[in-house]
Amino acid sequence: MQLLLNDMIDRYGYDFTGYSEASLKRRIEYFMIKDRIPDVSKLRSMIIKNPDYFRHLVEEITVNVTEMLRDPLFYKTIREEVLPALATYPFIRVWHAGCSTGEEVYSMAILLKEAGILDKSRLYATDINPLVIEKAKTGIFPASQMRKYSENYIQSGGNNDFSSYYSSNYNLAKFDESLSEKMIFATHNLVADSSFNEFQLILCRNTLIYFDKKLQSRVLELFDHSLDLLGFLGLGAKESLRFSGIESKFKQITPGQKIWRKQK
Amino acid sequence: MAQTKINAGKLVVIGGSSGSLQVIIHILGSLPHDYPIPMLLIIHRAYSNDSMLLDLLVLKSNILVREVEEKEKIVPSCVYLAPADYHVLIEKDESFTLDYSEKLNFSRPSIDVSFISAAAVYGKNLTGILLSGANEDGADGLKEIKEQGGHTIIQHPDEAIVNYMPLQASYKSRIDEVLNTDGISRYLTSLIPA
Repeated sequence: MQLLLNDMIDRYGYDFTGYSEASLKRRIEYFMIKDRIPDVSKLRSMIIKNPDYFRHLVEEITVNVTEMLRDPLFYKTIREEVLPALATYPFIRVWHAGCSTGEEVYSMAILLKEAGILDKSRLYATDINPLVIEKAKTGIFPASQMRKYSENYIQSGGNNDFSSYYSSNYNLAKFDESLSEKMIFATHNLVADSSFNEFQLILCRNTLIYFDKKLQSRVLELFDHSLDLLGFLGLGAKESLRFSGIESKFKQITPGQKIWRKQK
Repeated sequence: MAQTKINAGKLVVIGGSSGSLQVIIHILGSLPHDYPIPMLLIIHRAYSNDSMLLDLLVLKSNILVREVEEKEKIVPSCVYLAPADYHVLIEKDESFTLDYSEKLNFSRPSIDVSFISAAAVYGKNLTGILLSGANEDGADGLKEIKEQGGHTIIQHPDEAIVNYMPLQASYKSRIDEVLNTDGISRYLTSLIPA
Protein backbone atom coordinates (compact mmCIF):
# COMPACT_ATOMS: atom_id res chain seq x y z
CA MET A 1 0.00 0.00 0.00
CA GLN A 2 2.93 2.32 0.71
CA LEU A 3 3.94 2.00 -2.96
CA LEU A 4 0.45 2.97 -4.07
CA LEU A 5 0.50 6.04 -1.80
CA ASN A 6 3.92 7.01 -3.18
CA ASP A 7 2.60 6.76 -6.74
CA MET A 8 -0.26 9.04 -5.82
CA ILE A 9 2.16 11.68 -4.53
CA ASP A 10 4.66 11.35 -7.39
CA ARG A 11 2.15 11.32 -10.23
CA TYR A 12 -0.62 13.52 -8.98
CA GLY A 13 0.61 15.40 -5.92
CA TYR A 14 -2.05 13.88 -3.68
CA ASP A 15 -0.53 12.92 -0.35
CA PHE A 16 -2.50 10.35 1.63
CA THR A 17 0.42 9.25 3.80
CA GLY A 18 -0.85 11.24 6.79
CA TYR A 19 -4.24 9.56 6.66
CA SER A 20 -5.19 7.14 9.38
CA GLU A 21 -3.97 3.83 8.03
CA ALA A 22 -6.79 1.60 9.26
CA SER A 23 -9.58 3.52 7.59
CA LEU A 24 -7.64 4.27 4.39
CA LYS A 25 -6.72 0.59 4.03
CA ARG A 26 -10.35 -0.36 4.50
CA ARG A 27 -11.51 2.14 1.85
CA ILE A 28 -8.92 0.98 -0.68
CA GLU A 29 -9.70 -2.71 -0.10
CA TYR A 30 -13.40 -2.00 -0.48
CA PHE A 31 -12.74 -0.06 -3.68
CA MET A 32 -10.70 -2.95 -5.10
CA ILE A 33 -13.44 -5.47 -4.35
CA LYS A 34 -16.10 -3.23 -5.93
CA ASP A 35 -14.02 -2.60 -9.05
CA ARG A 36 -12.80 -6.21 -9.16
CA ILE A 37 -9.14 -5.31 -9.00
CA PRO A 38 -7.17 -8.41 -8.00
CA ASP A 39 -4.16 -6.80 -6.33
CA VAL A 40 -2.49 -3.53 -5.45
CA SER A 41 0.05 -3.71 -8.28
CA LYS A 42 -2.81 -3.86 -10.80
CA LEU A 43 -4.40 -0.84 -9.10
CA ARG A 44 -1.07 1.00 -9.24
CA SER A 45 -0.65 0.43 -12.96
CA MET A 46 -4.24 1.51 -13.62
CA ILE A 47 -3.93 4.83 -11.84
CA ILE A 48 -0.53 5.54 -13.36
CA LYS A 49 -1.91 5.04 -16.87
CA ASN A 50 -5.22 6.78 -16.40
CA PRO A 51 -5.69 10.13 -14.60
CA ASP A 52 -9.49 9.75 -14.78
CA TYR A 53 -9.24 6.48 -12.95
CA PHE A 54 -7.08 8.13 -10.31
CA ARG A 55 -9.77 10.78 -9.80
CA HIS A 56 -12.34 8.02 -9.49
CA LEU A 57 -10.20 6.36 -6.81
CA VAL A 58 -9.91 9.61 -4.84
CA GLU A 59 -13.66 10.12 -5.06
CA GLU A 60 -14.30 6.66 -3.71
CA ILE A 61 -11.73 6.46 -0.92
CA THR A 62 -12.58 9.82 0.64
CA VAL A 63 -15.62 9.58 2.90
CA ASN A 64 -18.60 11.64 1.85
CA VAL A 65 -21.22 10.80 4.42
CA THR A 66 -22.90 13.87 5.89
CA GLU A 67 -26.29 15.22 6.90
CA MET A 68 -28.04 18.51 7.62
CA LEU A 69 -27.88 19.82 11.19
CA ARG A 70 -26.15 16.68 12.41
CA ASP A 71 -25.85 16.81 16.23
CA PRO A 72 -28.65 19.40 16.65
CA LEU A 73 -27.28 20.56 20.01
CA PHE A 74 -24.07 21.60 18.28
CA TYR A 75 -26.13 23.88 16.03
CA LYS A 76 -28.18 25.11 18.99
CA THR A 77 -24.93 26.27 20.58
CA ILE A 78 -23.96 27.95 17.30
CA ARG A 79 -27.30 29.77 17.34
CA GLU A 80 -27.13 30.82 20.95
CA GLU A 81 -23.45 31.43 21.61
CA VAL A 82 -21.64 31.93 18.31
CA LEU A 83 -23.96 33.87 16.00
CA PRO A 84 -24.69 36.68 18.51
CA ALA A 85 -20.93 37.27 18.71
CA LEU A 86 -20.52 37.15 14.93
CA ALA A 87 -23.46 39.53 14.47
CA THR A 88 -21.35 42.37 15.87
CA TYR A 89 -18.93 42.14 12.92
CA PRO A 90 -19.47 44.18 9.75
CA PHE A 91 -18.64 41.18 7.61
CA ILE A 92 -18.59 37.46 8.41
CA ARG A 93 -16.53 34.82 6.70
CA VAL A 94 -17.24 31.14 7.43
CA TRP A 95 -15.11 28.27 6.16
CA HIS A 96 -16.52 24.76 5.85
CA ALA A 97 -13.40 22.64 5.46
CA GLY A 98 -14.19 19.19 4.09
CA CYS A 99 -17.75 20.20 3.19
CA SER A 100 -18.54 17.03 1.23
CA THR A 101 -21.91 17.34 -0.56
CA GLY A 102 -22.76 20.58 1.24
CA GLU A 103 -25.45 19.65 3.76
CA GLU A 104 -23.68 21.48 6.59
CA VAL A 105 -23.14 24.58 4.48
CA TYR A 106 -26.88 24.87 3.80
CA SER A 107 -27.53 24.20 7.49
CA MET A 108 -25.32 27.11 8.43
CA ALA A 109 -26.88 29.38 5.82
CA ILE A 110 -30.30 28.70 7.38
CA LEU A 111 -28.99 29.62 10.82
CA LEU A 112 -27.34 32.79 9.53
CA LYS A 113 -30.52 33.75 7.72
CA GLU A 114 -32.64 33.25 10.81
CA ALA A 115 -30.19 35.37 12.80
CA GLY A 116 -30.63 38.08 10.16
CA ILE A 117 -26.93 38.12 9.25
CA LEU A 118 -26.75 36.01 6.10
CA ASP A 119 -26.56 39.14 3.92
CA LYS A 120 -23.25 40.17 5.41
CA SER A 121 -21.83 36.63 5.41
CA ARG A 122 -19.79 34.56 2.96
CA LEU A 123 -19.67 30.81 3.29
CA TYR A 124 -16.53 29.29 1.78
CA ALA A 125 -17.00 25.56 1.28
CA THR A 126 -14.09 23.37 0.28
CA ASP A 127 -13.36 19.71 -0.23
CA ILE A 128 -10.56 17.64 -1.74
CA ASN A 129 -13.07 15.85 -3.99
CA PRO A 130 -14.26 17.88 -7.03
CA LEU A 131 -17.24 15.61 -7.60
CA VAL A 132 -18.86 16.40 -4.23
CA ILE A 133 -18.21 20.11 -4.75
CA GLU A 134 -20.26 19.97 -7.95
CA LYS A 135 -23.05 18.24 -6.06
CA ALA A 136 -22.90 20.73 -3.21
CA LYS A 137 -23.32 23.64 -5.63
CA THR A 138 -26.70 22.35 -6.76
CA GLY A 139 -28.27 22.49 -3.29
CA ILE A 140 -30.27 19.40 -4.16
CA PHE A 141 -30.62 16.65 -1.58
CA PRO A 142 -32.73 13.49 -1.35
CA ALA A 143 -36.30 14.33 -0.29
CA SER A 144 -36.33 11.13 1.76
CA GLN A 145 -33.98 12.81 4.26
CA MET A 146 -36.18 15.86 4.87
CA ARG A 147 -38.16 14.35 7.70
CA LYS A 148 -35.02 13.62 9.66
CA TYR A 149 -33.50 17.03 8.83
CA SER A 150 -36.71 18.71 9.91
CA GLU A 151 -36.47 16.95 13.29
CA ASN A 152 -32.83 18.02 13.59
CA TYR A 153 -33.91 21.55 12.72
CA ILE A 154 -36.49 21.69 15.51
CA GLN A 155 -34.00 20.24 18.02
CA SER A 156 -31.47 22.85 16.96
CA GLY A 157 -33.90 25.54 18.09
CA GLY A 158 -35.48 26.36 14.72
CA ASN A 159 -38.91 28.01 14.87
CA ASN A 160 -39.88 28.15 11.22
CA ASP A 161 -41.39 25.55 8.96
CA PHE A 162 -38.28 23.72 7.70
CA SER A 163 -40.02 22.89 4.43
CA SER A 164 -40.17 26.60 3.60
CA TYR A 165 -36.45 26.39 2.77
CA TYR A 166 -36.77 23.96 -0.12
CA SER A 167 -39.08 22.92 -2.91
CA SER A 168 -39.70 19.25 -3.54
CA ASN A 169 -39.78 17.70 -6.92
CA TYR A 170 -40.34 13.96 -7.08
CA ASN A 171 -37.71 12.50 -4.77
CA LEU A 172 -35.48 15.56 -4.62
CA ALA A 173 -35.50 18.67 -2.47
CA LYS A 174 -33.91 21.80 -3.89
CA PHE A 175 -32.86 24.42 -1.36
CA ASP A 176 -33.71 28.05 -1.88
CA GLU A 177 -31.25 30.12 -3.87
CA SER A 178 -31.39 32.88 -1.28
CA LEU A 179 -29.34 30.45 0.84
CA SER A 180 -26.74 29.55 -1.79
CA GLU A 181 -26.18 33.13 -3.00
CA LYS A 182 -23.57 33.66 -0.30
CA MET A 183 -21.72 30.39 -0.86
CA ILE A 184 -18.40 29.97 -2.64
CA PHE A 185 -17.36 26.43 -3.48
CA ALA A 186 -13.82 25.33 -4.33
CA THR A 187 -11.57 22.32 -4.15
CA HIS A 188 -8.98 22.59 -1.42
CA ASN A 189 -6.65 19.95 -0.06
CA LEU A 190 -6.13 20.32 3.69
CA VAL A 191 -2.94 18.28 3.41
CA ALA A 192 -1.17 20.36 0.80
CA ASP A 193 -2.89 23.73 0.36
CA SER A 194 -2.39 26.72 2.60
CA SER A 195 -4.67 29.23 4.23
CA PHE A 196 -6.58 31.39 1.74
CA ASN A 197 -8.41 33.93 3.90
CA GLU A 198 -9.14 35.15 7.42
CA PHE A 199 -12.28 33.69 8.95
CA GLN A 200 -14.46 34.34 11.97
CA LEU A 201 -15.81 30.78 12.01
CA ILE A 202 -14.32 27.54 10.72
CA LEU A 203 -16.24 24.28 10.72
CA CYS A 204 -14.47 21.00 10.05
CA ARG A 205 -16.54 18.13 11.33
CA ASN A 206 -15.61 14.47 11.00
CA THR A 207 -12.71 15.08 8.65
CA LEU A 208 -9.83 15.09 11.15
CA ILE A 209 -10.72 11.55 12.28
CA TYR A 210 -9.36 10.29 8.94
CA PHE A 211 -5.93 11.82 9.63
CA ASP A 212 -3.16 10.56 11.87
CA LYS A 213 -2.20 12.64 14.91
CA LYS A 214 0.62 14.45 13.15
CA LEU A 215 -1.54 15.54 10.23
CA GLN A 216 -4.38 16.45 12.61
CA SER A 217 -2.01 18.82 14.40
CA ARG A 218 -0.85 20.35 11.16
CA VAL A 219 -4.37 20.96 9.90
CA LEU A 220 -5.37 22.46 13.26
CA GLU A 221 -2.44 24.85 12.91
CA LEU A 222 -3.72 25.79 9.47
CA PHE A 223 -7.09 26.58 11.05
CA ASP A 224 -5.39 28.64 13.76
CA HIS A 225 -3.60 30.69 11.09
CA SER A 226 -6.84 31.14 9.20
CA LEU A 227 -8.89 32.34 12.18
CA ASP A 228 -9.22 35.90 13.44
CA LEU A 229 -8.58 36.55 17.10
CA LEU A 230 -11.82 35.60 18.92
CA GLY A 231 -12.84 33.50 15.93
CA PHE A 232 -14.62 30.17 16.46
CA LEU A 233 -13.64 26.63 15.50
CA GLY A 234 -16.23 23.82 15.38
CA LEU A 235 -15.23 20.14 15.19
CA GLY A 236 -17.03 16.78 15.07
CA ALA A 237 -18.55 15.14 18.13
CA LYS A 238 -15.54 12.90 18.75
CA GLU A 239 -12.79 15.32 17.73
CA SER A 240 -10.86 17.71 19.95
CA LEU A 241 -7.86 20.01 20.28
CA ARG A 242 -6.27 17.72 22.86
CA PHE A 243 -2.61 16.93 22.16
CA SER A 244 -2.47 19.51 19.37
CA GLY A 245 -0.07 22.44 19.46
CA ILE A 246 -2.87 25.00 19.44
CA GLU A 247 -4.86 23.83 22.48
CA SER A 248 -3.49 26.54 24.79
CA LYS A 249 -4.64 29.32 22.44
CA PHE A 250 -8.26 28.20 22.42
CA LYS A 251 -11.06 27.92 24.95
CA GLN A 252 -14.04 25.57 24.65
CA ILE A 253 -17.12 27.78 24.86
CA THR A 254 -19.58 25.25 26.35
CA PRO A 255 -18.70 21.99 28.07
CA GLY A 256 -19.71 19.03 25.90
CA GLN A 257 -19.98 21.01 22.67
CA LYS A 258 -17.03 20.87 20.30
CA ILE A 259 -16.73 24.59 19.70
CA TRP A 260 -13.64 26.56 20.65
CA ARG A 261 -12.86 30.29 20.60
CA LYS A 262 -9.44 31.65 19.79
CA GLN A 263 -8.08 33.59 22.78
CA LYS A 264 -4.66 34.65 21.54
CA MET B 1 -5.23 -25.56 24.80
CA ALA B 2 -4.10 -23.36 27.68
CA GLN B 3 -1.49 -21.82 25.40
CA THR B 4 -4.14 -20.94 22.78
CA LYS B 5 -6.20 -19.19 25.38
CA ILE B 6 -3.38 -17.06 26.67
CA ASN B 7 -2.62 -16.07 23.09
CA ALA B 8 -6.21 -15.13 22.40
CA GLY B 9 -6.16 -12.80 25.35
CA LYS B 10 -4.58 -9.54 24.21
CA LEU B 11 -7.90 -8.07 23.13
CA VAL B 12 -11.48 -9.28 23.33
CA VAL B 13 -14.03 -7.86 20.89
CA ILE B 14 -17.71 -8.42 21.63
CA GLY B 15 -20.53 -7.70 19.19
CA GLY B 16 -24.22 -7.72 19.96
CA SER B 17 -27.54 -6.43 18.74
CA SER B 18 -31.07 -6.92 19.99
CA GLY B 19 -31.20 -9.17 23.04
CA SER B 20 -27.49 -8.80 23.77
CA LEU B 21 -27.52 -6.12 26.45
CA GLN B 22 -28.49 -8.32 29.37
CA VAL B 23 -25.81 -10.83 28.34
CA ILE B 24 -23.16 -8.11 28.29
CA ILE B 25 -24.31 -6.78 31.66
CA HIS B 26 -24.15 -10.26 33.14
CA ILE B 27 -20.66 -10.88 31.74
CA LEU B 28 -19.25 -7.53 32.90
CA GLY B 29 -20.77 -8.05 36.34
CA SER B 30 -19.09 -11.45 36.64
CA LEU B 31 -15.54 -10.21 36.00
CA PRO B 32 -13.31 -8.61 38.67
CA HIS B 33 -12.53 -4.87 38.58
CA ASP B 34 -8.90 -5.57 37.75
CA TYR B 35 -9.71 -7.87 34.84
CA PRO B 36 -6.60 -7.25 32.78
CA ILE B 37 -7.62 -7.85 29.18
CA PRO B 38 -9.04 -4.87 27.31
CA MET B 39 -12.44 -5.42 25.72
CA LEU B 40 -14.14 -3.55 22.89
CA LEU B 41 -17.94 -3.64 22.80
CA ILE B 42 -19.79 -3.03 19.54
CA ILE B 43 -23.48 -2.81 20.40
CA HIS B 44 -26.14 -1.73 17.93
CA ARG B 45 -28.29 1.07 19.31
CA ALA B 46 -31.78 2.17 18.42
CA TYR B 47 -31.10 5.87 18.98
CA SER B 48 -27.90 7.60 18.12
CA ASN B 49 -27.97 10.35 20.72
CA ASP B 50 -28.29 8.46 23.94
CA SER B 51 -25.70 8.24 26.65
CA MET B 52 -27.89 5.84 28.62
CA LEU B 53 -26.10 2.77 27.32
CA LEU B 54 -22.75 4.00 28.63
CA ASP B 55 -24.28 5.02 31.97
CA LEU B 56 -25.91 1.62 32.34
CA LEU B 57 -22.71 -0.29 31.59
CA VAL B 58 -20.68 1.88 33.95
CA LEU B 59 -23.21 1.09 36.66
CA LYS B 60 -23.25 -2.66 36.06
CA SER B 61 -19.58 -3.32 35.38
CA ASN B 62 -16.83 -3.82 37.95
CA ILE B 63 -14.28 -2.89 35.30
CA LEU B 64 -13.78 0.68 34.10
CA VAL B 65 -16.03 1.32 31.06
CA ARG B 66 -15.48 4.26 28.72
CA GLU B 67 -16.54 5.31 25.29
CA VAL B 68 -13.83 4.96 22.64
CA GLU B 69 -11.93 8.20 22.09
CA GLU B 70 -10.38 9.11 18.78
CA LYS B 71 -6.68 7.99 18.49
CA GLU B 72 -6.71 6.66 22.06
CA LYS B 73 -4.24 3.88 22.91
CA ILE B 74 -5.77 0.62 24.08
CA VAL B 75 -4.75 -0.08 27.69
CA PRO B 76 -5.37 -3.08 30.01
CA SER B 77 -8.25 -3.31 32.48
CA CYS B 78 -10.56 -1.19 30.41
CA VAL B 79 -13.83 -1.87 28.61
CA TYR B 80 -14.29 0.31 25.54
CA LEU B 81 -17.74 1.03 24.14
CA ALA B 82 -18.09 1.99 20.45
CA PRO B 83 -19.71 5.45 20.31
CA ALA B 84 -23.08 5.90 18.65
CA ASP B 85 -22.96 6.56 14.92
CA TYR B 86 -19.23 5.90 14.36
CA HIS B 87 -17.37 2.83 13.18
CA VAL B 88 -14.38 1.87 15.33
CA LEU B 89 -11.16 0.79 13.63
CA ILE B 90 -7.86 -0.26 15.21
CA GLU B 91 -4.46 0.98 14.05
CA LYS B 92 -1.27 -1.08 13.98
CA ASP B 93 0.00 0.78 17.06
CA GLU B 94 -3.07 -0.49 18.97
CA SER B 95 -4.91 2.81 19.04
CA PHE B 96 -8.47 3.53 17.93
CA THR B 97 -9.57 5.44 14.84
CA LEU B 98 -13.19 6.49 14.45
CA ASP B 99 -14.80 6.47 11.04
CA TYR B 100 -18.02 8.04 9.82
CA SER B 101 -18.29 6.22 6.52
CA GLU B 102 -21.39 4.46 5.16
CA LYS B 103 -23.33 2.09 7.36
CA LEU B 104 -22.51 -1.59 6.92
CA ASN B 105 -25.29 -4.16 7.44
CA PHE B 106 -27.52 -1.14 8.21
CA SER B 107 -25.29 -0.47 11.18
CA ARG B 108 -22.89 2.18 12.42
CA PRO B 109 -21.08 1.13 14.50
CA SER B 110 -20.78 -2.09 12.53
CA ILE B 111 -19.48 -5.22 14.23
CA ASP B 112 -17.88 -6.47 11.00
CA VAL B 113 -15.87 -3.26 10.58
CA SER B 114 -14.32 -3.53 14.04
CA PHE B 115 -13.83 -7.31 14.00
CA ILE B 116 -12.06 -7.24 10.62
CA SER B 117 -9.90 -4.31 11.65
CA ALA B 118 -8.98 -5.92 14.99
CA ALA B 119 -8.15 -9.22 13.27
CA ALA B 120 -5.60 -7.49 11.03
CA VAL B 121 -3.79 -6.03 14.04
CA TYR B 122 -4.13 -8.73 16.70
CA GLY B 123 -4.21 -11.95 14.66
CA LYS B 124 -4.01 -14.93 17.00
CA ASN B 125 -4.05 -12.67 20.05
CA LEU B 126 -7.71 -11.82 19.54
CA THR B 127 -10.94 -13.32 20.82
CA GLY B 128 -14.16 -12.43 18.99
CA ILE B 129 -17.52 -13.03 20.67
CA LEU B 130 -20.85 -12.59 18.88
CA LEU B 131 -24.10 -12.43 20.84
CA SER B 132 -27.84 -12.25 20.22
CA GLY B 133 -29.13 -10.16 17.31
CA ALA B 134 -31.49 -9.95 14.36
CA ASN B 135 -28.92 -8.91 11.79
CA GLU B 136 -26.02 -10.63 10.01
CA ASP B 137 -23.48 -8.07 11.17
CA GLY B 138 -20.49 -9.80 12.76
CA ALA B 139 -20.60 -13.02 10.74
CA ASP B 140 -17.96 -11.88 8.22
CA GLY B 141 -15.99 -10.40 11.10
CA LEU B 142 -15.82 -13.70 13.00
CA LYS B 143 -14.79 -15.44 9.81
CA GLU B 144 -11.92 -13.00 9.40
CA ILE B 145 -10.85 -13.36 13.05
CA LYS B 146 -10.73 -17.13 12.52
CA GLU B 147 -8.74 -16.76 9.30
CA GLN B 148 -6.20 -14.55 11.06
CA GLY B 149 -5.73 -17.19 13.76
CA GLY B 150 -7.89 -15.71 16.49
CA HIS B 151 -10.41 -17.46 18.74
CA THR B 152 -14.14 -17.23 17.93
CA ILE B 153 -17.16 -17.69 20.16
CA ILE B 154 -20.90 -17.31 19.57
CA GLN B 155 -23.66 -17.19 22.13
CA HIS B 156 -25.57 -20.48 22.07
CA PRO B 157 -28.49 -19.99 19.66
CA ASP B 158 -30.81 -21.78 22.10
CA GLU B 159 -30.03 -19.20 24.76
CA ALA B 160 -29.89 -16.09 22.53
CA ILE B 161 -33.09 -14.03 22.66
CA VAL B 162 -32.69 -13.48 18.91
CA ASN B 163 -30.63 -16.31 17.45
CA TYR B 164 -30.31 -14.98 13.88
CA MET B 165 -26.94 -13.29 14.37
CA PRO B 166 -25.05 -16.19 16.02
CA LEU B 167 -26.63 -18.61 13.54
CA GLN B 168 -25.49 -16.56 10.54
CA ALA B 169 -21.97 -16.56 11.95
CA SER B 170 -22.06 -20.33 12.36
CA TYR B 171 -23.05 -20.71 8.68
CA LYS B 172 -20.20 -18.52 7.47
CA SER B 173 -17.27 -20.02 9.36
CA ARG B 174 -16.33 -22.73 11.79
CA ILE B 175 -16.82 -21.33 15.28
CA ASP B 176 -14.40 -22.43 18.00
CA GLU B 177 -16.88 -22.43 20.87
CA VAL B 178 -20.65 -22.13 21.21
CA LEU B 179 -21.32 -21.01 24.78
CA ASN B 180 -24.11 -19.71 26.96
CA THR B 181 -23.70 -16.57 29.06
CA ASP B 182 -22.07 -18.33 32.00
CA GLY B 183 -19.76 -20.20 29.65
CA ILE B 184 -18.62 -16.90 28.12
CA SER B 185 -17.91 -15.51 31.59
CA ARG B 186 -15.91 -18.61 32.46
CA TYR B 187 -13.96 -18.40 29.21
CA LEU B 188 -13.07 -14.75 29.84
CA THR B 189 -12.03 -15.57 33.42
CA SER B 190 -9.77 -18.34 32.09
CA LEU B 191 -7.87 -15.73 30.05
CA ILE B 192 -6.57 -14.06 33.22
CA PRO B 193 -2.85 -14.88 33.38
CA ALA B 194 -1.98 -16.97 36.44
